[in-house]
Amino acid sequence: MATAALDPAARQAALHEFLLRVGDNALILGHRVSEWCGHSPVLEEDIALANTALDLIGQTQLWLGLAGEAEGKGRSADDLAYLRDGYEFRNILLVERPNGDFGKTLMRQFLFDAWHYLLLKALKDSSDTRIADIAEKAFKEVSYHLDRSRDLIIRLGDGTAESHRRMQAALDELWPFTGEMFMSDAMDGELVEAGIVPAPQSLKAGWDEIVAEALAEATLKRPADGYMHKGGRRGVHTEHLGYILAEMQFLQRAYPGGTW
Amino acid sequence: MDPALRPSVDEVWHWLAQVPDPEIPVISLTDLGIIRDVAWQDDTLVVTVTPTYSGCPATTVINLDIETALTERGLSKVRLERRLSPAWTTDWISAEGREKLKAYGIAPPIDGTAADGVLMKRIDRLSGRSNLTIACPRCGSTHTEKISQFGSTPCKASYRCTDCLEPFDYFKCI
Repeated sequence: MATAALDPAARQAALHEFLLRVGDNALILGHRVSEWCGHSPVLEEDIALANTALDLIGQTQLWLGLAGEAEGKGRSADDLAYLRDGYEFRNILLVERPNGDFGKTLMRQFLFDAWHYLLLKALKDSSDTRIADIAEKAFKEVSYHLDRSRDLIIRLGDGTAESHRRMQAALDELWPFTGEMFMSDAMDGELVEAGIVPAPQSLKAGWDEIVAEALAEATLKRPADGYMHKGGRRGVHTEHLGYILAEMQFLQRAYPGGTW
Repeated sequence: MDPALRPSVDEVWHWLAQVPDPEIPVISLTDLGIIRDVAWQDDTLVVTVTPTYSGCPATTVINLDIETALTERGLSKVRLERRLSPAWTTDWISAEGREKLKAYGIAPPIDGTAADGVLMKRIDRLSGRSNLTIACPRCGSTHTEKISQFGSTPCKASYRCTDCLEPFDYFKCI
């Protein structure tokens, strides 16, 4: 059996790393989306965005809680969220992109949701039942996220000339940040071997299909695959992450251990 | 606690059936289907609870309400356990709970339809409209339309009745 070949300590380290990646994606996107609270174009969308952020932050608690367990140093989900520095965050660069206008926020959400949906669907079959359990729960929530973001990019893409222009611009800007979702490294290899996580590139065909179908309906043109930005998964971030952390971590940094 | 004085598990279930959901107080925690198990482990009562949505802010309040309800009945050693799998589904909302939701003005989830949203979306597109008929809880008309996928809480969507024009919450299937 392939799993028996893995050194237990290396396996735990790889598991911790993977859980940070999936947890940080949810945390950083959840925080980004929460920035809309009170600012959306209409009340219903304000509520929808806040609820999406809430789901993501709830999932973060589960993922980072497990990451802390895998690490075995007694760090809680809160410790990991509030007391790590930028280079220790493992989220992909796409989720730290600034919100921009409503259309850009939704385009980022759609590109992420389509991938998140497929990732969680695969993780439901993880050989690690703790991961499979969280994925089963999160998958249901993310199905609704994808349903909504897909619907809105179609309505805005195939909307007015102005909304179409903005959606195409958002797609063109965000596209070079989508490649990182499908890149893999040695860390993935170990876990893929053990049947704990899917190989990142195995999600690409499904993602392409969901995206192509929605873009066609939205009358948007898929940009050509060119240079793809990367680095977030190994802690090399854009300047945007620092500003997010400055706001998100302020309280625990200024008043360590503060509760309410 | 003296084993002879311990309430039976059935009795505890009965008590929990009187604890209201903090967000939708017309239904109880057992109506909602989130209490998965009640059991005695030596002298400790273990209540297993599953969250509705992973980020639902009511979770903490629910746990507190369970502890309070049981402490008030004289139980001193109570432990709450979280169970994620199988994940909560609206199919677990009791028939009585559905009636209570409807009377309260919230369209109940349609039984047995918990599925992934993308599949439902496909069906919507193929059939030209939703495969689900969501009736207005006020006038009963099935001429309704979705305003937003999310309502006042993550578990609900916003709908509007096109006959009586009443906006209402729909407890969505998950």
